[in-house]
Amino acid sequence: MSKTESTFINMTATLVVVTLVAAGLLGSVFALTKEPIRLAELKKKNKAIQIVVPGFDNEPSQEVKSMFVDGDSIYLYTARKGEAVLGTAVETFTNKGFSGEFKLMVGFAPDGTIIDIAVIKHSETPGLGNKMEKGKSDFSVQFMGKHPDSFKLAVKKDRGDVDAITASTITSRAYCDAVTRAYEAFMESQKEN
Amino acid sequence: MNQWKNFSKGLLKENAVFVLILGMCPTLGVTTSATNGLGMGLATTFVLIMSNLVVSLVKNLIPDKVRIPAFIVIIAAFVTVVELVMKGYVPALFDALGLFIPLIVVNCVVLGRAEAFASKNTVWSSIVDGAGMGIGFTMALTILGAVRELLGSGAFFGMKLISGDGLLLFILPPGAFLALGYLIVLANMIKEKTS
Repeated sequence: MSKTESTFINMTATLVVVTLVAAGLLGSVFALTKEPIRLAELKKKNKAIQIVVPGFDNEPSQEVKSMFVDGDSIYLYTARKGEAVLGTAVETFTNKGFSGEFKLMVGFAPDGTIIDIAVIKHSETPGLGNKMEKGKSDFSVQFMGKHPDSFKLAVKKDRGDVDAITASTITSRAYCDAVTRAYEAFMESQKEN
Repeated sequence: MNQWKNFSKGLLKENAVFVLILGMCPTLGVTTSATNGLGMGLATTFVLIMSNLVVSLVKNLIPDKVRIPAFIVIIAAFVTVVELVMKGYVPALFDALGLFIPLIVVNCVVLGRAEAFASKNTVWSSIVDGAGMGIGFTMALTILGAVRELLGSGAFFGMKLISGDGLLLFILPPGAFLALGYLIVLANMIKEKTS
């Protein structure tokens, strides 16, 4: 088979065909993987909610309220056991992390006490900033059972009550920023009820 | 062409990372752990084999003047396939590699093999070449990841071997350059001995 000549028509036709075939392939793969991707994301979200507000028996990811704050959305998931409200899981964010944005899930009891906090997504430095993840250090433990009214959500350097992660003050500040934003959104939603 | 020779050149003699020093962006970026290195290597291997296969199939149909854009579209399509599949079925690995998956498109190993090898050789040779290069790349990334993980966090494939924090430097970007430098020395020594 001889090589196709580089004429204008040949070149245009080739590129059109190549891109069309590629687009067709991608479209079908997208359709095939759409459902698994949705399920994987839902599972991850449910797992985070399970950590921060344990013991619910409803589907909190179905009972969602969103709020638009500071150029991004905060999602509030209500966790119930039977009829009683166990608490609210708030998916919050900050843009002040050392490597930009990260997302947290903060669980609040109905009176506003922090139950627990989990990291959903981040790109902080491994070995430094990623110590904010549960299990990597005791950083997140200090928030458990505290009420933001009496526990000032700022690092000690900024006259708050939070022990920052050693050598990761920026990450710790951003973490407090995200939790504060979650608390404000939570209070806002309580007022509406 | 001797297919074993064709395959094995990617492992050491023309190893993309240790000898050709190609594809440095994913090499230095994702190798903070052996698992990440392995995942990235396998994703790249898949793209390499598939793009080599397709490029060698269509090499006579594509006019010379538009071959680069055509090759890039082919490569980008396979990279996106990998990205979607990974997102759906191994979300944990996708989270760890994140940004570096779409960047396989601009990995010069992939386009380099399409341009230098697949566009001039038969389909079968191209598949073997892609597999050899890909496995060599995977090997290099896994070794680099394992070294950095062992020194930086005292673990091996996520299993903690040494308690404590380890040498943080090796997890951070400078450690990637240091570890890679010494591994290249090692690879050169092995190469000299075997030849």
